[in-house]
Amino acid sequence: MRSKGKGRFVFFCLAPAAILFVIFMIIPTIDVFRMSLFKWGGYTADKTFVGLKNFSILFKSPKFYQSFQNTILLIVVVTVVTFSTSLIFAAILSREKIKGQNFFRVIFYIPNILSVVVIAAIFSAIYDPDKGLMNTFLNLFRGVEGEQNPILWLGSQKLVIYSIVIAMIWQAIGYYMVMYMASMANIPESLYESAALEGAGRITQFFQITLPLIWTNIRTTLTFFIISTINMSFLFVKAMTGGGPDGASNVFLSYMYQEAYTNSSYGYGMSIGTIVFVFSFALAGILNAVTKRDEIEF
Amino acid sequence: MKKKFVSKLIACGLIATMAASLVAGCGSKDNADKPAKKDDAEKVLKVAAVETAYGAQMWKDVCAAFEEETGVKVELTIDKKLEDKITPNMKAGVYPDVVMRSVGSEQALTETFVKDNNVVDLNDVLDMTVPGEDAKVGDKILPGFTENSIVKPYDDGHAYLMPMFYSPCGLWYNAALLKEKGWEVPQTWDEMWKLGEEAAKEDIALFTYPTTGYFDAFFYALLHSNTTPEQFAEALKYGEGSWDTKEAQEVFDVIEKLTSYTNKLTPAQANDNDFQKNQQLVLDNKALFMPNGTWIIGEMKDAPRVDGFEWGFTALPALKEGGERASYTFFEQIWMPKEAENQDLGKEFIAFLYSDKAAEIFAKSNAIQPIKGMSEKLEGDNKLFYSVYDTGAVAVMDAFATTDPVEGVTVRGTFFDPINSLVTGDKTKADWIEGIKKDSELLRKALKK
Repeated sequence: MRSKGKGRFVFFCLAPAAILFVIFMIIPTIDVFRMSLFKWGGYTADKTFVGLKNFSILFKSPKFYQSFQNTILLIVVVTVVTFSTSLIFAAILSREKIKGQNFFRVIFYIPNILSVVVIAAIFSAIYDPDKGLMNTFLNLFRGVEGEQNPILWLGSQKLVIYSIVIAMIWQAIGYYMVMYMASMANIPESLYESAALEGAGRITQFFQITLPLIWTNIRTTLTFFIISTINMSFLFVKAMTGGGPDGASNVFLSYMYQEAYTNSSYGYGMSIGTIVFVFSFALAGILNAVTKRDEIEF
Repeated sequence: MKKKFVSKLIACGLIATMAASLVAGCGSKDNADKPAKKDDAEKVLKVAAVETAYGAQMWKDVCAAFEEETGVKVELTIDKKLEDKITPNMKAGVYPDVVMRSVGSEQALTETFVKDNNVVDLNDVLDMTVPGEDAKVGDKILPGFTENSIVKPYDDGHAYLMPMFYSPCGLWYNAALLKEKGWEVPQTWDEMWKLGEEAAKEDIALFTYPTTGYFDAFFYALLHSNTTPEQFAEALKYGEGSWDTKEAQEVFDVIEKLTSYTNKLTPAQANDNDFQKNQQLVLDNKALFMPNGTWIIGEMKDAPRVDGFEWGFTALPALKEGGERASYTFFEQIWMPKEAENQDLGKEFIAFLYSDKAAEIFAKSNAIQPIKGMSEKLEGDNKLFYSVYDTGAVAVMDAFATTDPVEGVTVRGTFFDPINSLVTGDKTKADWIEGIKKDSELLRKALKK
C-alpha cells in the first residue's frame, strides 16, 4: 500500500518533465524524420510523399558534400585547438601562481557571453581587407605587396573557412577553460604535494594527476564540442559570410536553412537535418567509446 | 508522520501548479492569436505587410483610409520579419487574407506560395473599379507591370500577384567625380572599358557590387538589351540552347570582363553583413559604378562620403553603338493565399491600394506605385531617377520563370553567386556557364505548366 502510494508520487513528480521532454524533444525529432520523406514547401498543407528521394538527391549533391567537408573541418580543428588551448590555460591558471588570475579568467570568458552578431561585427572589423587588424599587422612584414594584394579573409574561398575557425576558437576557449578549471579545483592538493616530494615535475604532474582525474569532465566536453560546433558554426556562417563566397563557407545547418527556406524545399532541408542528427549522434557515440577509461577516484 | 504528509501535499501542489501553468501557457497563446469570434455582420480583413525602408506608418494610414471608405475593420500585422510573425499561425491553419511580401526574400514566402499553386487568381481585380473612384484598376496601372512573368507566374495568362512599389535599378555613380575628371557617362560597353582604363590610372576601380544578389536586376537588363524578345522569353524559361546563342555568350563576356575591372576587395565584403562596405567604395571614390536601386540613397544617407559627392544614375550601357539601353524595374508584390477567408474583401482592399488617396499616402513615404501620372507628381532626386525611362532606357520587368522547387538548385546559387568566384579567379567563365547549363536543364524540367 505504502509503496503504491510512493510509486504514484514518483510518477506525478516525473510526469511534467517527461511530458515536456516528449512534446518538445521526441515528437519534433520524429517529425524531422517524417518530413524528410516529403516534398513540401514548408508553409502550406500541400505535401507529396516521395520516400527516400530527398536522400538520393542529397547524396549526389556536391554542395552538400562541400558543407559536410566544412563541418568536419570545423569540428576537428575547433575541437583540437580549443580543447588543448583551454586545457593548458586552465592548468596554468589553477596550478600556477600568476598575478591577476581572476582578471585573465574574466577576459577569457568574455567572448562567450557576447552575442554572435557582436562577434561577427568584431571579426568583420578584424578581417577588413583594407584597414583590418589582421592585414595591417601582416603588412608590417608584407610591405607594399601586402597593400597591393590584401588578403581577403572572408573573400578567398580557400581562407574563408579558417577565418571562421579562428572566430569560433576565440569564442569557445573561455567556456571550456572555466569548465576544466572547475574540475581541476576539486583535485586534492595533497596529491600534487606527494608527487612533488617524489620528484615529479609540473608536466609529469599534469599528465599523471590532473588529466586522469578530470577525464570524466573531458569526455563530457568532447560531446559538447561536437554539438556546439555544429550549432555555433551555423550562427557564425550566417552572421559573417552567409555561406559565401559562392557557397565556400556553407556548413550543414546553413545549407539546410538555405534549402528549407530560400529554396522552398522544406522536406529536402529536413533530410539534411536527419543526416546531421545521425552524424552527430554517431560521432558522439564513437568519441564516447574511444575515450572510455576506468574511472579514477580520489 | 504529519510533517511528511504536509510536505507531500506541498509537493503535489507544486507539481499541479507547474502542470497547470504548462497547459495554461499553451492555451493562452492560442486565445491571444485567434481573434475572438466576431459577429458575422462585422467584417474583419487580415492584412500582413512587411516593414521595409518605407516604414510602417504608411500602411497604418492606408488601412485607416480603407476602413473609413468601406466600414470594414482591418487587422494589420506589420513586421520587419513578417515570416516569423505569421508562419506559426499559418501552420495552425490561420492565414492572413492579404500578404504584402515580394519575391526575393531570404525565407522565400512568396515564392513558396507561388510554387505550391497556393495563391488566389487576382485577374478580376484588374477589372474592378477602384473604391471611391470611377476608374478601373487595370486602366490605372502603368503598362508592362501586369504583363510579366512575376505577376503572371503560370501559363494561364492570369495575374496572381499585383505590382506595388517600384524602383528603377541601374548603375549608380558619383556624378561629381565624373564631372571633375571630365569623363562621360558611358553609352556602350566599349566606352565603359575605355573609362575603366582611364579610372585605373587614377587608382579607381571601374566597378563594384554590394552582393551577388544585385546581379539579378543587372543580368535581366543586360540579357534583354542584347537579345530579341523571343530569345529573352526563351532564356527566362531556361530554354534548350538559350545559353549557347551568340547573344547570350556576349552577355557572359561582358560580365566576365566586368569582373576583371571589379574592385578586388569586393568579394570579401559581398555578404549580408558587410555589403555596405562595398557601397561605401563608391562614396569614397574607390569604385566608379555599382548596380543598385533608388533605395540606395536612403540606405547610405548617414554614410561618410568624399566632398561634393553627388548621386548619379544611369541605365546599363548598350552592347553596340545605338543599341538598346535597359534598366530593370524592381517592384514589390501583394497577393492573397488560397486559404484566405475573406477573398472578396481582400480583392477590394487591393483595388483600393491603387486609389489616388492610397497612392498619395504611400508617396509621402517615398513608396511609388506604378500608377499612371505618379511620376509627374515626384519632386527632386526622385523625379530624376524615376524619369530614366523617359530618356530612352527600356524598362525590363521579367524574371526567371516559376518552377517547382528543385532541391539543391537556386537561381542565385547557379547564376549569380559564381560571380564572386570569377572575381577571385576560383572559377573560369567556362565553369560558370557549364554550371548554368546543367542547372537550367533541371529547372526546365520543373517549369510550372
